Amino acid sequence: MKQYLLGIYQPDGPIPEPSVLEPIMTNLASWNDELREAGSWVFSAGLHPPESSTVLRASGDEVLVTDGPFTEGKEHLGGFTVIQVEDLDEALLWARKLTRILEPLSVEVRPFT
Amino acid sequence: MQSGSISVAEVAGVFRAEHGRAVAVLARVFGDLEIAEDAVQEAFAAAVEKWPAAGLPPSPAGWIITTARNRAIDRLRRESSREDKHAQAALLHAQGEPVEEGVVRDDRLRLIFTCCHPALALNVRVALTLRLLGGLTTTEIARAFLVPEPTMAQRLVRAKAKIRTAGIPYRVPYEADLPERVRGVLAVVYLIFNEGYAASSGDELIRSELCLEAIRLGRLLVELMPDEPEAVGLLALMLLQESRRPARVGPDGSLVLLAQQDRSLWDRALVLEGQDLVRRCLRRDAPGPYQLQAAINAVHSDAPSTSTTAWDQIVQLYDQLLTFTPTPVVALNRAVAVAEVDGPEAALALVDELDLGNYYLFHAIRADLLKRLDRKAAARAAYAAAIPLTTNTAERTFLTHQQSTL
Repeated sequence: MKQYLLGIYQPDGPIPEPSVLEPIMTNLASWNDELREAGSWVFSAGLHPPESSTVLRASGDEVLVTDGPFTEGKEHLGGFTVIQVEDLDEALLWARKLTRILEPLSVEVRPFT
Repeated sequence: MQSGSISVAEVAGVFRAEHGRAVAVLARVFGDLEIAEDAVQEAFAAAVEKWPAAGLPPSPAGWIITTARNRAIDRLRRESSREDKHAQAALLHAQGEPVEEGVVRDDRLRLIFTCCHPALALNVRVALTLRLLGGLTTTEIARAFLVPEPTMAQRLVRAKAKIRTAGIPYRVPYEADLPERVRGVLAVVYLIFNEGYAASSGDELIRSELCLEAIRLGRLLVELMPDEPEAVGLLALMLLQESRRPARVGPDGSLVLLAQQDRSLWDRALVLEGQDLVRRCLRRDAPGPYQLQAAINAVHSDAPSTSTTAWDQIVQLYDQLLTFTPTPVVALNRAVAVAEVDGPEAALALVDELDLGNYYLFHAIRADLLKRLDRKAAARAAYAAAIPLTTNTAERTFLTHQQSTL
């Protein structure tokens, strides 16, 4: 079994209206249930917007602390799910369902070492 | 063939023919492409040493596979004693796995689907297919695709690393993904063919070899997926296009269009085989883009000249093709057929609606239609628009010549 990170990338800015968000959240919940039933769910989490993040970098004796996300951009990681499956094809199968729910957001699938 | 001497060139022939099978079997046994490929490479190196003196063994493929397996196990034993986890895993995978040639059908199919996995970039899929299934060297692939050899070598190494680290499975995809994935596999093979077919600046020899390699892979796909009419369609399409190769280029190296080709130069054997395949796959009544393109080519190959070609049938086939691939390029090709049925005026009206201003054939076809309508100034302007849009010397010479005859 291999573990994969399914990272969800979303545009920065205000959260969509509840009328838009609600059906998505319902579908997401059932996707999560399905994952659990299949025994493939490991961990999932949503993240606060990128403005909430802080970046640190050590240089010599000092550690530089800066406000904001690691990279400037219009889209950032908004949340993720860790799954445990047989291979990439199975991971892509789950990711495919997820993108259908989250259309038009992108999902990045990345293996754990 | 059993005894007597065999030249190094003949060993190379066996190499080309058996590489895909051997890598496929070894990949199943060891669960790792890198190990499989290296071992097969070593086995062929051993064959080059032994066979010229000892003669061809009764089963060259069996000899290669057994030798490769033994070499790989030796190597893995050495490495696993150094606590290489990957080697240990591969060795474990290999234990109790008898080497069988019997199931290679599925093994090669799995290898094709692995090489053509959508998680790999398209140019990587093409290179990997040529390398692992076709047995082409990195040098040959690099030359054919006009990239420096180190670049191609790096691409292949990275691809194999991704297959391992990302966990791209070595198997035929799930039922639900199959049609989509088959299309991808066919597209890779046709891309290889086109890379060889489109006369361009590369090494001529390697380029025509690419067509033959694509046809060989096409035959393999038909053998492996006999129930896939689009695979048959693709093979037919490639055979019919290849049949015209001797007539496509004039004695001075210039381009000869279909209408002007000396049809007696067409390779009859390829034409007949292609036509037979077209009939066979269309009978299944599950048409797809490759079968339809093959059918269009079959209609051309049926006629002794342009004037006796069943253009109305070609227009109908293009209509059907447009339902599968509604692209402006298909519409442009359809317009060429319409010109033969309804005249250049009707065709020009269709062409003018297309948004293909950056495509040299759009301007070249417009120019030809305008010429036939005797609108010389407009035709000259259209040729002038076409010429800078192609980098191919033969095409440029052809267009310049057409323009000068106005």
